[in-house]
Amino acid sequence: MKDIVEIRWHGRGGQGAKTASLLLADAAFNTGKYVQGFPEYGPERMGAPITAYNRISSERSTVHSNIYEPDYVVVVDETLLSAVDVTAGLKKEGAIVINSSKSPAELRPLLKGYEGKVCTIDAGKISEEELGKNFPNTPMLAAIVKVSGVVEENDFIEDMKASFQHKFASKPQVIEGNMRALKRSMEEVQVG
Amino acid sequence: MGIRERLSGNEAVAYAMKQINPDVMGAYPITPSTEIPQYFSSYVDNGEVDTEFIPVESEHSAMSTCIGAEAAGCRAISATSSCGLIYMAEMLYVAASDRLPITLAVSCRALSGPININNDHSDAMSVRDAGWLMLFAETNQEAYDNYLQAMRIGEAVGLPIMICQDGFITSHAIENIELVETEKVREFVGEYKPEGGLLKAPMAVGAYATPAFYMEAKRQQAQAMMDAKEVIKKVGAEFGAMTGRTYGLIEKYEMDDAEEAIVIIGSSAGTAKEAIKELRAQGRKVGMIKVRSFRPFPSEEIVEALKGVKAFAVMDKDDSFNGHCGPMYAEVAASLYAAGVSGPKGISYIYGLGGRDVRVESIQHVFADLKEIAETGNIGETYRYLDVRE
Repeated sequence: MKDIVEIRWHGRGGQGAKTASLLLADAAFNTGKYVQGFPEYGPERMGAPITAYNRISSERSTVHSNIYEPDYVVVVDETLLSAVDVTAGLKKEGAIVINSSKSPAELRPLLKGYEGKVCTIDAGKISEEELGKNFPNTPMLAAIVKVSGVVEENDFIEDMKASFQHKFASKPQVIEGNMRALKRSMEEVQVG
Repeated sequence: MGIRERLSGNEAVAYAMKQINPDVMGAYPITPSTEIPQYFSSYVDNGEVDTEFIPVESEHSAMSTCIGAEAAGCRAISATSSCGLIYMAEMLYVAASDRLPITLAVSCRALSGPININNDHSDAMSVRDAGWLMLFAETNQEAYDNYLQAMRIGEAVGLPIMICQDGFITSHAIENIELVETEKVREFVGEYKPEGGLLKAPMAVGAYATPAFYMEAKRQQAQAMMDAKEVIKKVGAEFGAMTGRTYGLIEKYEMDDAEEAIVIIGSSAGTAKEAIKELRAQGRKVGMIKVRSFRPFPSEEIVEALKGVKAFAVMDKDDSFNGHCGPMYAEVAASLYAAGVSGPKGISYIYGLGGRDVRVESIQHVFADLKEIAETGNIGETYRYLDVRE
């Protein structure tokens, strides 16, 4: 891993992109890293585009600005591709991870000539099948961990398991569903 | 060794409050400080603290509650932001002149209008003459550490104290933090044993002062503010002995041989450190003075640090609207003049208003201006706005 990895999340208000960025910060923190997780705040409302950020590093980063040249971008809602310049500043050595049932080849033409890796994961479908509801957070989190390598895969799975066990202590079926969603996402993410 | 955690700045301050377990909190919510009383009220509800939590109908009443409680001999706290802080303004002056060491957490936010919820320092700066001690934090760690030191400082000189951090930028950002064990916190903060207090003996609080006495009361307030400088340094050193994190009135960053420098407050100091690292790698002699204590104002320390530079910029996240400079620039310039230092050429930069993002490149732009001033000796416009469309 590089000394510092910067990630930008695009979602719509209510979809949990902010929560996902905080969960990623948690997972990285639990494996010994320095983390920052912060959303860009404004007059948020359900459905409006929102942005959240992560810095993950081996030394503390002192920078307190938004991220303009991210190593990775995560798009939680495919409809944002036509509304927001999601690849702005994205490094070509990095990747963009999009929640979509389409293939990377189908989506690349929408990405304004972005030359880096385009990855897709059908987080909605995985979530529906494993959790019975559309909570794209967990699969998206797993996909960005897989693609970026920002946290060791096994460490990540163990950490998430502990976190789900803590959060859903009285609902073991939810823990299992989330763990399946996590693992499936890591297997099914398409890199193009 | 402390406890490795990751918390937002608001969580960190609420956690410090829990560890201290003060007697009374008077609170009214306002973005972005709302989480502080929110987290704290859950500690009250869970029985983790035995603080009397008094939800009130306005910030004016929140500060009035604190004044009553502190006058009774209790430790009283509150938290606020933006318009909430200036709605308290009348009572802030009363707290200070009554010499009540209340602790107020401020998650700094712009003032209306245009209405805006994001960070700048116009709220804190607008009450800078209220007679409160004011410490500012760059990070969630500093917000936490400053809070743990606040009561020791305020109670030693009999003045209320504001612990300020940048709204959203640190208040809502999760970052690594090292917490102090609660037993150590309680030992460090100690018990509050005021000399007087309404619960002990009848006394007059907030009495009328005729012209024969008013000015003497103010002179004593001024003395307390001057005395606070040594107290802040002493408490900061003791805190350092406990945690390894020592605090003073200012933090100097790469100032030893600096020829160009900025003076700055709050979270953007961290961004400036990165800018300075990059410029130093290119051979530039640049540095920064971060002001931790704005009240009392560290005049001597700033003069000492700045006197050898060729050019400097004072960064204000607020404008005085006086037509020529920001509030901190005025104080830095007055400090230099009073000390007879006229060599360094200084400009005032207004930046980051209403959440305008402050980037590494923003700070580098300021240093580019300073380089030109240092090389040509031509200061040009001294009142500048950073990263703005005109």
